[in-house]
Amino acid sequence: MQMVNITIDNCKIQVPANYTVLEAARQANIDIPTLCFLKDINEVGACRMCVVEVKGARSLQAACVYPVSEGLEVYTQTPAVREARKVTLELILSNHEKKCLTCVRSENCELQRLAKDLNVKDIRFEGETSNLPIDDLSPSVVRDPNKCVLCRRCVSMCKNIQSVGAIEVTERGFRTTVSTAFNKPLSEVPCVNCGQCINVCPVGALREKDDIEKVWDALANPELHVLVQTAPAVRVALGEEFGMPIGSRVTGKMVSALSRLGFDKVFDTDTAADLTIMEEGTELLNRIKNGGKLPLITSCSPGWIKFCEHNYPEFLDNLSSCKSPQEMFGAVLKSYYAQKNGIDPSKIFVVSIMPCTAKKFESQRPELSSTGYPDVDVVLTTRELARMIKEAGIDFKSLPDKQFDDPMGDASGAGVIFGTTGGVMEAAIRTVSEILSGKSADNIEYNDVRGLEGIKEASVELEGITLKAAVAHGLGNARKLLDKIKAGEADYHFVEIMACPGGCVNGGGQLYSHQW
Amino acid sequence: MMGSGGLIVMDEDTCMVDIAKFFLEFTVDESCGKCPPCRIGTKRMYEILERITEGKGEEGDIEKLEILAKNIKAAALCGLGQTAPNPILSTLRYFRDEYIEHVRDKKCSAGVCKSLMHFEIDAEKCKCCGICAKQCPVGAISGEKKVPYVIDQNKCIKCGVCVEKCPFKVISKKA
Repeated sequence: MQMVNITIDNCKIQVPANYTVLEAARQANIDIPTLCFLKDINEVGACRMCVVEVKGARSLQAACVYPVSEGLEVYTQTPAVREARKVTLELILSNHEKKCLTCVRSENCELQRLAKDLNVKDIRFEGETSNLPIDDLSPSVVRDPNKCVLCRRCVSMCKNIQSVGAIEVTERGFRTTVSTAFNKPLSEVPCVNCGQCINVCPVGALREKDDIEKVWDALANPELHVLVQTAPAVRVALGEEFGMPIGSRVTGKMVSALSRLGFDKVFDTDTAADLTIMEEGTELLNRIKNGGKLPLITSCSPGWIKFCEHNYPEFLDNLSSCKSPQEMFGAVLKSYYAQKNGIDPSKIFVVSIMPCTAKKFESQRPELSSTGYPDVDVVLTTRELARMIKEAGIDFKSLPDKQFDDPMGDASGAGVIFGTTGGVMEAAIRTVSEILSGKSADNIEYNDVRGLEGIKEASVELEGITLKAAVAHGLGNARKLLDKIKAGEADYHFVEIMACPGGCVNGGGQLYSHQW
Repeated sequence: MMGSGGLIVMDEDTCMVDIAKFFLEFTVDESCGKCPPCRIGTKRMYEILERITEGKGEEGDIEKLEILAKNIKAAALCGLGQTAPNPILSTLRYFRDEYIEHVRDKKCSAGVCKSLMHFEIDAEKCKCCGICAKQCPVGAISGEKKVPYVIDQNKCIKCGVCVEKCPFKVISKKA
């Protein structure tokens, strides 16, 4: 890597020649405020919060997109820079609906943090504000254009990373807004409800549809037997919201908290993930042996299912006939469990805690109510669960550990890895191997598919069958993989697709990350 | 100021605040909306100019304009935003007193800002012909034979038709 010598705030540093001023400054531990910048996703220099003085340049330059060059001299804290940032921030704030006290992003809002960091005490330039309707017709995502700061992260995520393109910047000048085609509600455009836009939104302009009240109502209803299941990715994320280190595994505390909230039984979706994998593994074997449609593609990710319906209807027959784990569990609870415990299924209320906003949409699909009742009644995201625990005044950190309820509390561990990309694949191959040979295939080596980041493939020898598999996470990668299969350039038996980049641990319903 | 090298000659009948507002209206319209300094900043500058020309200017507005103009020029993403404040900066530089007159005295000496001027009929010279009353589109002028005509300032929309139509030129614009 070729290096260049630059000076930032009189510090002489050496950085790779392909760095931007922002990257160089971060390397030198010089903090430059950003709002629209999102590494590798949104590098557009739109928000002008990261402006710096570059010696010789006529106006201030956006550090996030300004490339370094030999001898460059940059100043990040001159009076002109400070004033410009402050004025720009005041302008953004002047057209932002400042209902911070009741905003879902309060204390977690990048705009709020900037205002604090930049010591903005007054908004001098008030004037006309946008007054646009809130779009809350989607079962998963709520769009509030009056809180939008037009950073365009959501648009980049939706269009460039997920290749969905459900939202785009429309209009111009002061009337600019992020909207859908013909300003239709999100529920009427090919939005797949993955919620990745929520995860990148710096403010409360995009948020999940809050279903907490429905759960409180059910819990307060003495006639209902309220059951809850939690997805594998929730237990590793939840602790962070209560001040625990990132990645703390808080399964026991989470189960405790759910019992305290008043759920009659707390189940582990991993159990259903095991069911899914048995079903899916057997389905794969059947298809291979009986000449069924291949590749078999996983059906666990509801964002991916909707993406497939909109964009690749020709692959619908390739999808596994399995329901996703939460739906499978819901169906089991309203049939097997109801029967075994002598409870009228109409009195069973199933709540799922998921890292996912698309599951909210999935639970409302009319075809997923085989028992005559919806398999799952309400889906809450990890964030909503955290809010519920806080609302109930539960001191999460000091809760004792508690086990999941039986009989559906025992899971193999295969289900846990569902939460990460490649997990479903690994579990399925292990199952197939076990059915065929009676022993488990422990080591599955994945190789990156050449030239395609985010897509991996593996081939496993199983009793005379060379099983070829591929894994894609993020819908943009799914699109590349499917296009390859469609063009006949790839030939797999089994394909795992997760809608969210990185899999469920980075789902659209997980806690907000602070990595930018 | 701004433009493409053309030259506009103006005299004392042109209000410099109004002319700045005219150019700002163009940049507000043309802003693409990508960066906040231009998207919101030009709009805010326009709003302040609108306020001033309507006689609703407040102490501090000129300073706000200066702060906005300076920082939008420095921070905007493209040439449109970077040059949008120029009409304000140059009119403020050469005609600051006109701004002050608008804000402090609520007066537009060029007689352009409608909110800051009114029409008056010279009662002594009025021949009471009634042509102005007939021509007034909003019926703001009343009078009768041998009684000089008067303009109801609350009804008047300051279109200036009466001035044009008065055969004796006794109606005039007052700052």
